[in-house]
Amino acid sequence: MLEDKDRIFRNLYGRQDWRLAGARTRGAWDGTKAILEKGRDAIVSEVKNSGLRGRGGAGFPTGLKWSFMPKQVGDRPHYLVVNADESEPGTCKDREIMRHDPHLFIEGCLIAAFAMGAHACYVYVRGEFVREREHLQTAADEAYEAGLIGRNNVHGWDFDLVVHHGAGAYICGEETALLESLEGKKGMPRLKPPFPANVGLYGCPTTVNNVESIAVVPDIMRRGAAWFAGIGRPNNTGTKLFCISGHVNNPCNVEEAMGIPLRELLEKHAGGVRGGWDNLLAVIPGGSSMPLVPAHQCVPLPMDFDGTREVKSALGTAAVIVMDKSTDIVRAMARISYFYKHESCGQCTPCREGMGWMWRVLMRMAEGRAHRREIDMLMEVTQQIEGHTICAFGDGAAWPVQGLLRHFRHEIERRIDEYAANPHPDPVRVAAE
Amino acid sequence: MSVRRLAPPEQQPASFAFTAENLAWAKQQIAKYPDGRQASAVIPILWRAQEQAGGWTPRKAIEYVADLLGMAHIRVLEVATFYTMFLLEPVGRKAHVQWCGTTPCLLRGGEEIRKVCERRIHRHPFHVSVDGDFSWEEVECLGACVNAPMVLIGKDTYEDLTAESFERVLDAIGRGETPAPGPQNGRQFSAPLGGETTLKDMVPKDSIPLDMMPNGLAANGLAEKDLVATDLAAKGAVPKGAAPKSRKSRKQDKA
Repeated sequence: MLEDKDRIFRNLYGRQDWRLAGARTRGAWDGTKAILEKGRDAIVSEVKNSGLRGRGGAGFPTGLKWSFMPKQVGDRPHYLVVNADESEPGTCKDREIMRHDPHLFIEGCLIAAFAMGAHACYVYVRGEFVREREHLQTAADEAYEAGLIGRNNVHGWDFDLVVHHGAGAYICGEETALLESLEGKKGMPRLKPPFPANVGLYGCPTTVNNVESIAVVPDIMRRGAAWFAGIGRPNNTGTKLFCISGHVNNPCNVEEAMGIPLRELLEKHAGGVRGGWDNLLAVIPGGSSMPLVPAHQCVPLPMDFDGTREVKSALGTAAVIVMDKSTDIVRAMARISYFYKHESCGQCTPCREGMGWMWRVLMRMAEGRAHRREIDMLMEVTQQIEGHTICAFGDGAAWPVQGLLRHFRHEIERRIDEYAANPHPDPVRVAAE
Repeated sequence: MSVRRLAPPEQQPASFAFTAENLAWAKQQIAKYPDGRQASAVIPILWRAQEQAGGWTPRKAIEYVADLLGMAHIRVLEVATFYTMFLLEPVGRKAHVQWCGTTPCLLRGGEEIRKVCERRIHRHPFHVSVDGDFSWEEVECLGACVNAPMVLIGKDTYEDLTAESFERVLDAIGRGETPAPGPQNGRQFSAPLGGETTLKDMVPKDSIPLDMMPNGLAANGLAEKDLVATDLAAKGAVPKGAAPKSRKSRKQDKA
């Protein structure tokens, strides 16, 4: 188990003061000037060496992403945009960072912006996080007042931080949709290329990072890449905030080492699966977009990018949704399909039409009101959506359905057979005579 | 995607204009973005317009914001209909309950919360209750999944709900109070119920034991409020002289 001294978010549960004075006692803003004095290249290579992979879901190496920005700042200014539009069902980690450790995050923004030659940073917070936004804004105001950020600050790098917010659109968590929204338009993803590193916000070079990716950077710089790389497994390094929800005894957020076995994670921190480990039906390891993993594949399941890939799922945002044997698995996945139907931006036909189609078929299958041949048809439709849309939303909506069909086909078939054997479950009403 | 239309003409107010205070605030927002990019401020400003208009967005507010930002009316209309937090029809005076119905909440008994909404407010979402005080809707994941089931009312979340505790929240709002937001079962934010498994050193020595914590108070970090200290002291839960220190006095200790 990770020791407390190796934890980055030491105020995860809000037990301490989240404001500047409290954050300083936990080490935020300590030696930031010395970090910047190392220079852009040194910071980028340190982050590369730490093996940090993006914490927003895709797991793209953060240092590599930073290095895509143009080396010289030309006519167009560089921008850092932080994706705090945390809406993936099951995920609630960035919320804790913003409300309980905002200074660590703001410091990370300064370092990341410096490393990319950006003087301005926009933080796009989801609309529903009103209190979190207020905390972040208060912390930013404190940092301005203390001369830590802003013009002519003590770190010698002019830096402005703007807290922006959305208004309830999941799709704005997709980086180009987020940029569109930030420009005051509907959040509809853009075609890539051109990639944001060349043409991003206002047509300028932009990098979009997740809150957690940015907030761990100051600690990586202070403690060294080797420390971060020493936690977890190669290619899956560092610590990670896990959000454990669903059928466990004590749902919670916890910071743990990457690669912690799933069972250990659940039993050590969340009080175990409700009704004991044998009562486990399935787990979604990385937020609703990722395929579920049935119980028999959950041991051993190292919770990192490669470990989850071996069971044909993905770590995503490390939001572990636990389902015990009392779960109506088809209905639970149908509800996820409804989520995607509701949140599709409507730009690409396969997604706009396909999401509602999948939801309606799954709802019928939950009752058994379907034909066996429709299971294969549903699988085919998910494959026609996957990879045929502008953004990854289509994939993220198709995968959970594919996971269901892959592992619980027998359950759907059972319901169909039961319904077929008894097509009128309600007794026919006859007059009492 | 869902079809979202503006409220019918008979519900629309005749005019809308920002108060002087809100107008000054809006100008500040516009100044945050580069010159010529004032459209970026559309969501925050439209949001403020919604607050001023009583929790929903009338047509006149959309047009007013468009004129303020120098945008075509249709561009702001697009924004108002695309983003689901812009409510296009009148809502309850005291509270509009946004109930999360997505899978993680569903697994923890979210349906119970919906039943309370249907029974106490209205059978259908987006309908105002008979007394005009409440309305509700089902929303998608609100990002507090480890505290499921939960609702968002105005700016605050109410988490770890049961049908009973949710009714208590509604009762309090009905009486014109603001119930303490956050977990309603005495939990410390997103820590495991019953106490942390990590970071135990970060728990202040003088904090109130969790099982002594009244509902919800742990949630908003208000444990230092005198109210709690006297409340608990009255119950005999806290020995004399061990009342939790205020944040201010804690700071002074460190200094």
